[in-house]
Amino acid sequence: MSEKEVKNLEELFEQRIARDEKIEPKDWMPEKYRKTHIRQISQHAHSEIVGMLPEGNWITRAPSMRRKVALLAKVQDEAGHGLYLYSACETLGVSREELYEQLHTGKAKYSSIFNYPTITWADMGAIGWLVDGAAIINQVPLCSTSYGPYARAMIRVCKEESFHQRQGYEIMITLANGTPEQKEMAQDALNRWWWPSLMMLGPTDAESVHTAQSMKWKLKRKTNDELRQQFIDQTVPQAELIGLTIPDPDLKWNEEKGGHDFGEIDWDEFWQVVKGHGPCNKERMDARVDAWEKGEWVRDAAMAYAKKQEDKKLKKAI
Amino acid sequence: MKKNWPLWEVFVRSKNGLEHRHFGSIHAADAEMALENARDVYTRRNEGVSIWVVESKNITASNPENNGELFEPAQDKVYRHPTFYTLPDEVKHM
Repeated sequence: MSEKEVKNLEELFEQRIARDEKIEPKDWMPEKYRKTHIRQISQHAHSEIVGMLPEGNWITRAPSMRRKVALLAKVQDEAGHGLYLYSACETLGVSREELYEQLHTGKAKYSSIFNYPTITWADMGAIGWLVDGAAIINQVPLCSTSYGPYARAMIRVCKEESFHQRQGYEIMITLANGTPEQKEMAQDALNRWWWPSLMMLGPTDAESVHTAQSMKWKLKRKTNDELRQQFIDQTVPQAELIGLTIPDPDLKWNEEKGGHDFGEIDWDEFWQVVKGHGPCNKERMDARVDAWEKGEWVRDAAMAYAKKQEDKKLKKAI
Repeated sequence: MKKNWPLWEVFVRSKNGLEHRHFGSIHAADAEMALENARDVYTRRNEGVSIWVVESKNITASNPENNGELFEPAQDKVYRHPTFYTLPDEVKHM
């Protein structure tokens, strides 16, 4: 194809997206669109998979049967979400093995929030309330993104995600209404998860390199700063309602802009964690690689069994 | 050579009276495992009463680049639609 022909195809492609048409796997697409989508969808899938680890840590120690079944179901959902997203990503011509390889070698990133430790039960509450809360704000606009398989996966994910946030907030309510020690535990979890949750919504608009292109392809409908403002404004009253304090002395309502002003985010910390120097980066990757390697004989045995069954059927037919 | 679990496409009937609809895909060693994995991944909240799985390599798909030749013949056959035929207004039930 000549350069001019490609240019022409690209223009037609951009017009289709501008008209809100969906792009499906076998449609022609610019190489950059394919690559950007593989990167974003796989990062998203990896985040779901690694996201199971900090919570899996607490399943056996959940304080009641009610909490245990809920947490188990939430972690199982995360596995499911990872799988919807991996299969959406594979429609772009990348294999599952390549995607795992990229995660395990550190070539692909996942959400940096999962590199923080979960040291008390209240962290299960804070994660559901804040981390899933921020994730929902990020994800809802993706239900109408331009790539069909991604949009369909996101619709399923968003439908299932709201229970995650509600169960987390319920844990926080219970602790906040409990003994002074329990309330302190809830406050401590909020103190530790608040700032990393704000960072989850991505670098400030001034620093975000992909925003313009992502807006055009509807991978993004609002900028990181707009999403962050929305998250803060909706979360502050939720904290007040249960008597917990957001750990930001500069936080105050700004009547003029109709939103909260808030303190400086420590972006150095964010970039440190992204670059692999967070408190649990190594632990998370070790756990993930270990699970994959120790599962190898099971995967091989299943393939060997399938082949045997197939051969048996063939023999019978002869 | 090492073989990875193949890819399967998953179709789910959400309730009797409706057709099976494509839900997504799944990796599994064989058909039976594909059904079980599809159950766990795509029907955790009573989304289905019946599942079909088919190995992805067995699906033949049309190519959108050929949509012109493939679907164009239907476009100029307006006489296949009821509105093509002129009838007096007095005619009822037609």
